[in-house]
Amino acid sequence: MRQYFGRKLLVYGLTFFVAVTINWMVPRFMPGDPVSSMVARAGVSNPGAVETMRTYYTNLFGFDQPLWKQYANFWAALFQGDFGISIWVFPTPVSEVIMGAVPYTLGLMIPSVLLSWVVGNWAGAFAARRRLLDNTVLPVGYVLTAMPYMWLAVLLAWGLGVVAGVFPVAGGYSFSLQPSLSVEFVADLLHHWVLPFLSLFLVALGGWAIGMRNMIIYELESDYSNYLSALGAPQRLIRRYAFRNAVLPQITGLALQLGVLVAGALVTEIVFSYPGLGSLILKAIQNQDFFLLQGTFMFIVLGVLIANFIIDIVYVVVDPRTRAGMAGAQA
Amino acid sequence: MRNRMRIVVPLLAVGLAAACSSGGSTPAPQGSQAGSAPAAAPGDGGALPRNETLYTSGTQWGPPANFNPLREWDYATGTEGLVYESLFHFDGNAGKLVPWLAQSGTWVDDKTYELKLRQGVTWSDGKPFTAKDVVFTFELGKMETVPYHNIWEWLEKAEAVDDQTVKFTFSKANYQEWDFQMYSRAIVPQHVWQGRSEQEVLDGKNENPVGTGAYTYKSHDQDRVVWQRRDDWWGKTGLNMEPKPKYIVDIVNSSNEVAMGLLLQKGMDLSNNFLPGAANLVKGNFGITTYYPEPPYMLSANTAFLVLNTTKKPMDDPAFRKALASSIDTKKIVEGVYGNLVKAASPTGLLPQWEQYIDQQVVADKGFSFDTAKAKKLLADAGYKDSDGDGFVENKDGSKIELDIIVPSGWTDWMESIRVIAASAKESGINITPDFPDFNALVDKRSKGDFDMLINNERQLSNTPWTYYDYMFQLPVRKTQNTVNFGRYENKDVWKLIQELDQVKTDDVEGMKQVMSKIQAIHLDEMPIIPLWYNGLWSQVSNASWTNWPSSVGDTPKTPPTMWRNWLELGGFETLTQIKPAS
Repeated sequence: MRQYFGRKLLVYGLTFFVAVTINWMVPRFMPGDPVSSMVARAGVSNPGAVETMRTYYTNLFGFDQPLWKQYANFWAALFQGDFGISIWVFPTPVSEVIMGAVPYTLGLMIPSVLLSWVVGNWAGAFAARRRLLDNTVLPVGYVLTAMPYMWLAVLLAWGLGVVAGVFPVAGGYSFSLQPSLSVEFVADLLHHWVLPFLSLFLVALGGWAIGMRNMIIYELESDYSNYLSALGAPQRLIRRYAFRNAVLPQITGLALQLGVLVAGALVTEIVFSYPGLGSLILKAIQNQDFFLLQGTFMFIVLGVLIANFIIDIVYVVVDPRTRAGMAGAQA
Repeated sequence: MRNRMRIVVPLLAVGLAAACSSGGSTPAPQGSQAGSAPAAAPGDGGALPRNETLYTSGTQWGPPANFNPLREWDYATGTEGLVYESLFHFDGNAGKLVPWLAQSGTWVDDKTYELKLRQGVTWSDGKPFTAKDVVFTFELGKMETVPYHNIWEWLEKAEAVDDQTVKFTFSKANYQEWDFQMYSRAIVPQHVWQGRSEQEVLDGKNENPVGTGAYTYKSHDQDRVVWQRRDDWWGKTGLNMEPKPKYIVDIVNSSNEVAMGLLLQKGMDLSNNFLPGAANLVKGNFGITTYYPEPPYMLSANTAFLVLNTTKKPMDDPAFRKALASSIDTKKIVEGVYGNLVKAASPTGLLPQWEQYIDQQVVADKGFSFDTAKAKKLLADAGYKDSDGDGFVENKDGSKIELDIIVPSGWTDWMESIRVIAASAKESGINITPDFPDFNALVDKRSKGDFDMLINNERQLSNTPWTYYDYMFQLPVRKTQNTVNFGRYENKDVWKLIQELDQVKTDDVEGMKQVMSKIQAIHLDEMPIIPLWYNGLWSQVSNASWTNWPSSVGDTPKTPPTMWRNWLELGGFETLTQIKPAS
């Protein structure tokens, strides 16, 4: 067991190192120079002032140092939880910008990923081999999963937001409110949350349902199912075993979904102008905000690694064969 | 089945718990943010009343990151105008300065300007506003990184004679530019700003701003800033006006779709975004109006120019530039791309508000208009011929002419426009290819002079066309050109005339006209920068919650309906005092 997790941790550590390095490199290879566009945006025409500002900002962001030193500084700062100062929302620290956005993204993604997984699996398993249900769940699932989620988002915003006027079309909470722990505010927050949630939930739902349905059919036709059936086991028992086996690939799928969930809502957040990480990433790229981009990507890297690690553990719990494999490795 | 439910139920519970807890936990970081801002009164978590709140958008493109009126390019909307005020406002219709914090300003002799300040003006922290604050604000400009640093090249000293009088002494009196400064500079309180280092002045967030204005800071978040009316504002008695909305919420732009959605849902009252289908919004029955009920729907705010890089061949040749000017089908841009939301510009580029300064005789003699045949003739006369038969003219030395025209990627109206320009120039035999680099990349190329041609409209309406000419012709050309003369056009004669214009007193309209006529003649002869169309003062208003918006019809106000930077001083603030709650 220790060996299993030790190996996993080593792989994660290496992945982390490589990811951080790439993360540091990519923005620096983007065309254009953030400092000069920052100065240009300032619209200062005085030549002396331009030079002073340029030097000042170059020093401030540490761009005057040799590359290897910038890289070393980056690691040092990272371990202190310091992602630098945002260029876009100058002079706010990146960590502050990200922390303001993270709750919105997690609040949107965790429920939509988990609920769609649960409901999708349930619907898929339930529908498999029941002709009437299969004939309805399958096409609906295909339509949902084939739907680009931003398109669905736009449809929802238009239909339920603008035309019906039931839901708001933009923002994390009403522009007339200020954050507080009142019932009014929380209700408003949920009201704004429904549409983005729904657009993510519905699209993911279809995929899970189809996957599960196919897996269950496959399992029901496998030898052990036929054997059980020949022994006269009740259909419910067979289905239970089939479900247990069928859910394993679905768990792997969930792991991947959980990993990218931080970034996954990017387009949805933009459509609803929901103030989460996705909107931040877009803005960071548009404004060549190295530091913000690094910070958000860092979050995604950490998210992917942590989610995968959790799933590794979950696997050990739900799949006896993994445990058997580890015991075998130790022997 | 029961077993399956055993798995499903806890997972469902986890999901719901996550949903609820994340919903509930969201306010925590926000709350702490609001808590750190002293002005946010605790306990009034309730909704802002709709009939007392004005929702605006179209100015702010990123989260409100600072309230520093010296960061003129990215302060939170309203920092200048609502909180900090200027000495004068400028009334574009009457074409004159309106006393604001100042009661009057007079030139006592050719190089001395005396300001009399209003009495009874107080800062939002209760301290009186005096001449020392004005002197302090102008002296901040001695710091190199302050945007108005250059006035100290011709301003000698500023001194407070008494609490109500400021005397400015000049080494060279630039009357035109001085009037511009008078309504542009936000006056900051000495007792708060004194002792701030240059870095704090340049980069400071200036949280909880203390100003003389009619509003104070209430709260802000990533996507909004909220201002609250100050009930002891001096202007209630001093100017006999009061802004009607108790709260102003300025919403950060995300996209046109969102702005449109909010407008249609009656969640936004004043949208200063460019909405491509604005004409349909006005014609449809949505309760949305614009300044004019018919084309061009909007007031004109600035001129879109085609900037030519005059350091490159063949754009260094005036004959080629004039041929190019004649080859552009501006009408097609106005009608096809904008659906008549904009107007074609005068060949001089001067805004309609400055029409009296345009010398019609010069325009009739030297002006250009779209005429493919004429463009072809001009090219042929100047020696540009199509010698290899590919349909495009070549340089005089026989090398191919292949020019790029650039606008930022995503600026869809401009992208369409340069496609039209490229197509119509090709008709005349000039090979132009449209290209759409990223905005930052474009800024980079523009300031370094690494482009062929581009479109720019950064200069706004002001008190004097001098600001336009400064933008077109300013010398000397530097290594990086950040705000003016992107085309690096060097002409000492015209620059001398522009400096001459600067030194004409602003009430001497005839004198201004005389100098400007000469400038216009050189501009039209040389054509280093080609005026295309007047961009609108994009403004779509909803009449659901607030009415009496400015418009061309009836006895509605005639002030510009906008929250754009520096436009509150051009009458945007006055608009706020004239609108009325709908119910």
